[in-house]
Amino acid sequence: MKYPDFAYVRPASLGEALDCLQKYGDSAIPLAGGQSLLATLAMRLSSPEILVDITGLTELSEIAREGDTIRIGALVKHVQLLQSPIVRGATPLFTAALPHVAHVAIRNRGTFGGSLAFADPAAELPACLVALGGTLVLGSSAGRREIGAEDFFTGLLETDLRPGELILEARVPAQAPGSRWNFSELSRRHGDFPLAGLAAVMSPMSEARLVYLGCADRPKLATATAGMLRGASYPLKDVPGLAAALAEDLDPADTPGCSAETRLQLAGTLTYRVLNDLQEIPAR
Amino acid sequence: MSATVKDDAVIGKGFPRKELQRLLRGRGRYVADIKLPRMLHLAFVRSPHPHARIVDIQTAEALASPGVVGVYIGKEFTDSEPLVGIALHRRGHKSAPQYPMAVDRAVWQGQPVAAVVAETRAEAEDAAELVQVEWEELPAITSGEEAVAPDAKAIHPEIGDNLAFEHTISVNDPEKTLAQSHIVVEQSFRFERQTGLPLETRGMIADWNPGDESLTVHYAHQSPFQMQEIFSRHLGIPPLKIRVIAPDVGGGFGIKLNIYGEDLAVVMIARRLGRPVKFISDRLESLVSDAHARDHDIVAKMGVSAEGRITSMWLDDLGAVGAYGMPFRFNVAEGMMCITMAGACYDFSSYWGRTRSVYVNKNLVGMYRGVGIPLACIVTEVLADKAARQLGMDPADFRRLNHRRKEDLPCVTPNGSQLDTVSFEECFEKVLKLMDYDALRKEQADLRKRGILRGIGLASFVEATSYGPPYYGPSQASISTQDGCTLRLEPAGVVRCITSLTDQGQGTLTGIAQIVAEAVGLSFDQVEVMGNDSAISPYGGGAWASRGMAVGGEAALNAGRALKQNIIALAAAITQNLPEALDIKAGEIVNKESGAAVLSVAELGRIAYFRQDTLPKDADVQLSVTRSFADNHKHYYMANGIQASYVEVDEATGFIKLLGHWAVDDCGRIINPLQVDEQVRGGVVQGIGAVLYEEFMYGPGGGLQNGSLVDYLIPAASEMPDIHVAHVETPERTTQLGAKGIGEAGLIGAMGALWVSVNDALQPLGATVAHQPFTPERVLLAIKAAKAGR
Ligand SMILES: Cc1cc2nc3c(=O)[nH]c(=O)nc-3n(C[C@H](O)[C@H](O)[C@H](O)COP(=O)(O)OP(=O)(O)OC[C@H]3O[C@@H](n4cnc5c(N)ncnc54)[C@H](O)[C@@H]3O)c2cc1C
Repeated sequence: MKYPDFAYVRPASLGEALDCLQKYGDSAIPLAGGQSLLATLAMRLSSPEILVDITGLTELSEIAREGDTIRIGALVKHVQLLQSPIVRGATPLFTAALPHVAHVAIRNRGTFGGSLAFADPAAELPACLVALGGTLVLGSSAGRREIGAEDFFTGLLETDLRPGELILEARVPAQAPGSRWNFSELSRRHGDFPLAGLAAVMSPMSEARLVYLGCADRPKLATATAGMLRGASYPLKDVPGLAAALAEDLDPADTPGCSAETRLQLAGTLTYRVLNDLQEIPAR
Repeated sequence: MSATVKDDAVIGKGFPRKELQRLLRGRGRYVADIKLPRMLHLAFVRSPHPHARIVDIQTAEALASPGVVGVYIGKEFTDSEPLVGIALHRRGHKSAPQYPMAVDRAVWQGQPVAAVVAETRAEAEDAAELVQVEWEELPAITSGEEAVAPDAKAIHPEIGDNLAFEHTISVNDPEKTLAQSHIVVEQSFRFERQTGLPLETRGMIADWNPGDESLTVHYAHQSPFQMQEIFSRHLGIPPLKIRVIAPDVGGGFGIKLNIYGEDLAVVMIARRLGRPVKFISDRLESLVSDAHARDHDIVAKMGVSAEGRITSMWLDDLGAVGAYGMPFRFNVAEGMMCITMAGACYDFSSYWGRTRSVYVNKNLVGMYRGVGIPLACIVTEVLADKAARQLGMDPADFRRLNHRRKEDLPCVTPNGSQLDTVSFEECFEKVLKLMDYDALRKEQADLRKRGILRGIGLASFVEATSYGPPYYGPSQASISTQDGCTLRLEPAGVVRCITSLTDQGQGTLTGIAQIVAEAVGLSFDQVEVMGNDSAISPYGGGAWASRGMAVGGEAALNAGRALKQNIIALAAAITQNLPEALDIKAGEIVNKESGAAVLSVAELGRIAYFRQDTLPKDADVQLSVTRSFADNHKHYYMANGIQASYVEVDEATGFIKLLGHWAVDDCGRIINPLQVDEQVRGGVVQGIGAVLYEEFMYGPGGGLQNGSLVDYLIPAASEMPDIHVAHVETPERTTQLGAKGIGEAGLIGAMGALWVSVNDALQPLGATVAHQPFTPERVLLAIKAAKAGR
C-alpha cells in the first residue's frame, strides 16, 4: 500500500495551476483534500504522472453570499461548510446532510470540489447540490464555463470535467422562503457511504426536488416520484404507485451484500420517512 | 472491584497497563518501527485467482526495476520441510503439504506466488507489479457443500478427496431420545467467513547473521517459542541459533498465533541474501492472507420434554477450512469445539454431533478468538429460545429450569466437556438483575403493541480456557502448554520478572507484575516485567486460549513465593531472627506478629549483592528463582458466563439497533478487574462485529469481492451499545492462584446473545434470521419469507 511514483507540484496561483494542468493534460491529477485520491493511489488503482496540489489556492476556499446566490469555493472543506452560518441560513439542506459525510477527521480535510469531482453516486454533497439546483463553475487555461449540477454528473464516478479543467466553485440558489427540506440516509455505520439516501427540498411555488443517493450511477433527481406525489396529503402512507415511480426513476445496481431490489425497497422507506418528517421541520 | 481485596493487596486492583503511557505517547516499538542496518523490504505477489495453474512466471523485468535486490518464485523454496497442518491425535485428519509459496498451482486467492525484495517497500511494490504470471484458471471449490459433493474434484488429488477430518459423537441413543421428546425444534445456521483483524497487521524482520549462522526474527507474534521451533524444524537451523523477539504487538486474536507460508519464505530469503529482510503485511494483504475463521453450515435440533427440560441435542457441522491444514493450530478445532461444547450449560444426557472439516479454494482457517465455541453457544441458545417459545415458556424460565446445577459438579457433559467450577445459575440470576429482565420484557411487550420490534437475548456459555497438556501433547505439535517465570531481586530491593508469556494489549504482563508483587510482598511499582523473547525467558507457550493469567500467573505466583522464602531466609540470617517469624510487606521485612520493620528489602539487596563479606560464611544467597507450571493432566480450566442483549429491529429497513448489552462472567480469581472488564468489552464488540458486520463475500467463481475495509465492515464506536460488566468469582480449584481465562468470553457470549435478541425481536412477524452476519438485506429477506409463508 505504497503510492506509485509520481511528480508533485504545488502551484501558488490559480493561473499557474490551470497552466500546469493544461501542460500535462491527461497525466496530471489535481489533489485537493486527498481523502479519496490518496486511497486510490495507495491501492494503486490510479497512477498519475504528476499530482497538482491545489490546496494552496486560497481563492477557492471561500463561502460567500451574493444576493440570492451562495458561492461555495471548490476548496471549502466539509467542516467549513458544516459550520458556515451563510450555508445554514440560505441552504440548510447542506447543513442537514453534512454530519452524514464521513467522520470528523475526514471532514477536516475533504473538500467540496473534491467530493463533486470524485462523483461517488452515494455521496451526500453532489445529491444536495442537484436537489438545490446548483451550478458548477469550471475553469481551464482556455477559460470558464458553467454547467448545471444535474448535467455535470454523467455516470459512476464520471463527470463532465475535461482534462485540464478544475472545479472552481458552485453557485447555489438560496432555498426559497417557505421551502422545507430534509435529508436522511441509511448507512450501515455512521459515516459510511449509505445504501440509500434522499435529499429533498419542497418549495411552495415549485415541484418537490427529490434526489436519491446510492440508488443509481449518479445522484438521481426523481421526477416521476415527485410528479406522483404532487398534491399528496400527509402523512404519506402506502401510496399506490410510489414503488413503481421509484423503479422508473432509479436504477440501482446489484452490489455484493445489497441487491438492487433491496435498495429500491430502502429508497421507498426513506421516501415516506423523509417526506413525512419534512412536514414537521419549520419552513424557511 | 472484587469484594475480597484487602488494602495492602495488589492482586484484585485495577491498575492500568504498565505500557500504556509509552504507547499513548507514540513511543511504542512495533516491528514496523524497527530499522536494522542494511535492511531490505519484501513484497509478495499473490494469486488473484482462487484456483489456477501457474503456466509461466517472468521476473526479469521486476529484477531490473530500481532498487530491486532479488525476485523469488515458489519453486525455489521446495528445499524446506513443507508445512503439514494435521493433528496426529485426530485420527484420519489429513492435509496436503504446503510450501512457503505456490509452486505449480495456486489453490487460494491471496496465496503468495513470488516475493520481491528491494531497498524500500515502495520499490518492492513497484517491481511486484512487473512480475508477469501467466495463469490458467481452474474451476474452484467455493463452498463446503461443493467440497463434499459426490462428484467433487479433490483440490489435492494426493490426499484423495476434500474431507480433511470427520468426527462423530453419539451418546445415549440420541435418535430415540429425540423421537420420544415432547417437541423437537430444528434450525439451520450459516456463518460467513471473517478474520480477526488486529489493528497492527502481521509483520516480521528476519535477520540472518552469516557470521555465526544465527537467526534473529523480530516478529509480531503471540508465541515466539512456537516460531523458534518452526524455523528450526522446517529450515534446519539449530534451535540455539534462533531467537524470536516479539516487540510491542498491536493485537493478535489468534491471527498472530497461526503459522504462515510467508514466515518461512521471509526467513529463507534473508538467509540467502545475508541481509535483514522486513515484511509488513498491508491491510489489503492482511484481509486476504491473515488466517480466516468460521465459514460453517450447521443444522441442529433440540428435543424438549413437556415440562420444558432439554432431553437431547443433535448437531451436524460442516466447516470449509480453506485449501490446507493450518500448521500446528489445526483446522479441526472450530468444528470440534462446536460439537463438544454445544449445550454444555444445560443438563441433558443424550447427544449426537458430527463435524466435517473440508478443503475449499479459499484462504486457510486458523485460530481466531473463541474458535468454535461461539458456534456452540449460538446453536444452543437459538434452539433454547425456539423451544421455550413453542412451549409458551419465558426464555429465562426455560434456562433457569435447564442450567446445570452446582451440586451436580464436577461432571462431564454427554459430548465430553469437563465442568468443574462453573457457576451457571449464579451468573444467570445476576444478569437478570443487572439488566432488570422483567422490566425489559414489559417494555418489549408494550412497544410491540405499537409495532416496535424489540428483542431480548440471553446466552449462557462456557469458555474452555488454557488448553493444557492432554490436549496439545498428543497432537505432537511441540506446543508448550507450560509457562515459566524468572524473578531476580535487584540490589535496590525491586524485582525484575521475565515471563514466557506474551502480551498483545491484554494487560497480561501487568497482571503478572501484580501477582509477583503480592507474592513477594512488594508494591506494584517495585516489579518490572518483560516477556516476548524466546532467548531470554524460561521456555513456555505464550498467548492463546485465554491462558496467560491462569498458567503463566501460577508460575509467577510460585516463583514469587519461592523468592520470598529465599529473601526471608537471608533476612533471618542477617537479623538473627527465625525465618518463621518474618514476613514481607510493601518492600519491608517485618516481624510477622508485631508488624515491626526488621529490614527493608532494599537493604537486604544491598547486603546480598555488595556486602557478602558481612554475611555468615555459609549463607546461601539465591535471589534469582525460576518456576514453571503446567497442569499435567488438566484439559482446560472451564470458565463460564452469560450475556444479554437488547435490540430493536427496523421492520422496514432491516437495520438493527443495539440498545443495551450485559455480561456476567466467571473467570475465577480476578487479578486485575480493569483489564478483565476491558477484555470482556473488547470481546463483546468483536462478537457484535461478527453477527452484524464482518463477512468476506465471494462471487460465483469464488473470487473475493470485498478485500478492503471499505466494504469488509467492522464494528465502529458509534453503533456500540453501553456494555455493562459484572462478575461471579469461583476460583479454579486445582491451582493456588485460582484464575481462569477471560480472553474469549466477551466474544462468545455476545454472539450468542445477539443472535437470540434479533430473532426474539422478529417473533411477532414469525421471521427467523439464521445467516450471519445479519445484514439489512438478510433481515428483510427473512421478514419477506415469513410473510410469504403465512
Ligand atoms: C473513511 C472515509 C469515509 C468517507 N465517507 C464519505 C461519506 O460518507 N460521504 C462522502 O460524500 N464522502 C465520504 N468520503 C470521501 C470524502 O468526502 C472525500 O474527501 C471527498 O469525496 C473528496 O474530497 P477531497 O478533497 O478529499 O478530494 P481528493 O481526494 O483530493 O480528490 C478526489 C478527486 O477529485 C479530484 N479533484 C479534487 N478537487 C478538484 C477540483 N477542484 N477540480 C477538479 N477535480 C478535483 C481529484 O483529482 C481526485 O480525482 C469518505 C472518505 C473516507 C476516507
